[in-house]
Amino acid sequence: MLAAIFDWNLAVEAFPQLLVAFLKVTLLVTVVASLLSIILGLVWAIGLRQLPAWLGWPLRLFLDFVRMTPIPVQLLFVFYGVVVFRPRVDALIIGVIVFGVHYSTYMAESYRAGIESIRSGQWEAATALSLPATRTWRAVILPQAIRNTLPSLGNWTIAMFKDTPYLIFIHVAEMVTRAREFGGMKFSYIESFTIAGLIFLAASYPTAVLMRKLEKKLEY
Amino acid sequence: MSTDETTQASAAQQSEASPGIIFEGVVKRFGDHTVLNELNFHVGKGERVTLIGPSGSGKTTILRLLMTLEHLTGGYIYVDGEPLTHKKENGKRVELRAKQVAQTRKRIGMVFQQFNLFPNMSVMENIIEAPIHVLGKSKEEARGRAQQLLDQVGLGDRGDAHPTQLSGGQQQRVAIARALAMDPEIILLDEVTSALDPELVGDVLNVLRDLAATTDITMLIVTHEMQFAQDVSDRVLMFDGGKIIEDAKPDVMFSNPSNERTKEFLRAVL
Repeated sequence: MLAAIFDWNLAVEAFPQLLVAFLKVTLLVTVVASLLSIILGLVWAIGLRQLPAWLGWPLRLFLDFVRMTPIPVQLLFVFYGVVVFRPRVDALIIGVIVFGVHYSTYMAESYRAGIESIRSGQWEAATALSLPATRTWRAVILPQAIRNTLPSLGNWTIAMFKDTPYLIFIHVAEMVTRAREFGGMKFSYIESFTIAGLIFLAASYPTAVLMRKLEKKLEY
Repeated sequence: MSTDETTQASAAQQSEASPGIIFEGVVKRFGDHTVLNELNFHVGKGERVTLIGPSGSGKTTILRLLMTLEHLTGGYIYVDGEPLTHKKENGKRVELRAKQVAQTRKRIGMVFQQFNLFPNMSVMENIIEAPIHVLGKSKEEARGRAQQLLDQVGLGDRGDAHPTQLSGGQQQRVAIARALAMDPEIILLDEVTSALDPELVGDVLNVLRDLAATTDITMLIVTHEMQFAQDVSDRVLMFDGGKIIEDAKPDVMFSNPSNERTKEFLRAVL
């Protein structure tokens, strides 16, 4: 019965192609762009708090702009903007940068919430001990704030994972696009999409476990 | 500059000891609400002064201004003759740079009502953080001094514990050790026993009594523990509506105050 709608041979055939697409595009973009957005998000969040007002509001404006426009539009804009000057640019690099910057604006909000959850007494104790600002951030505020932020950063990473099919807008075929192509060729989509879904799950699950371990490690 | 010196000199003459802290025309407003208006007082070096008065009378604000946790709206504060946050220059009031402020602020330590220990650090790390990163002490030196201080506050074996594993009274004693590790000339105690269960208050006060008896550190105390205030203070200032309405030695203040408001207040709290 199942065999009528699900062809195991097709699934076996699709698997290696999809896995390669996953490793070479989806995973690569997600990992590199996540790292980029985790770092940039923190920079934005600290900037919003530390910068003088005249620098703070343009940053705020930029972050809101990026957060409130869709990824496909940003991909197209940046890609065709760059292509004018550098026709041979690697679209994958554009993809990483756009995804990294886009998600950094969400992560900045998460960091901000984490930083704001720190009671004012912690800042005051740091002032009373004359700790310099850099030390206050590094030793007192961030270790507490990031612990509160971590679950949310994990969620954004998983969300980014699932947004990677948008890369097709700049002609980068990641796993889901490959699955659709494969399905189109064989006149049956269910096998290739099932495999793609399982590969996603197999990659997301260890990520979630890893995040939970990291949260435990940061407990005190 | 000469006007500075004469003001400081005249303030110094009022004090029996040399001036540790001078408040000169201090104004503090929160929005439209004026907490302190043209406040003048001084605390001699090594003097122990307790501030009493009804809540909202500006006692805690005074400590917070000294610790630079609040911005000074008007007037000047001097610590050991050095301007803390603002100075006079050619008759104008000039705000000092953060670096200069930090330089003077290092002489002052503060213990808070809510302890404010860093929960992500062990007790030992809490105490050695500032000596290493502000005073530039070596880790060994800072640890040695921290251990000494922990012994002094009766927690010599709790260096590896985390603040959350300690009782409120123990946390507050760690906070005292943390403030002392910076070797401050002045220590500000802001209702340090108010958040503690009654049975834990005694240990904290004993540590402070001991500190008062064995060092010549200047102490500025806001407390509701009147017996403690009487025991350790050289002088008690009664505040009401942001003004000092009575300034007396503790035995006089607590047994025979002259001001009606003081009498009323003490009747209510004693």
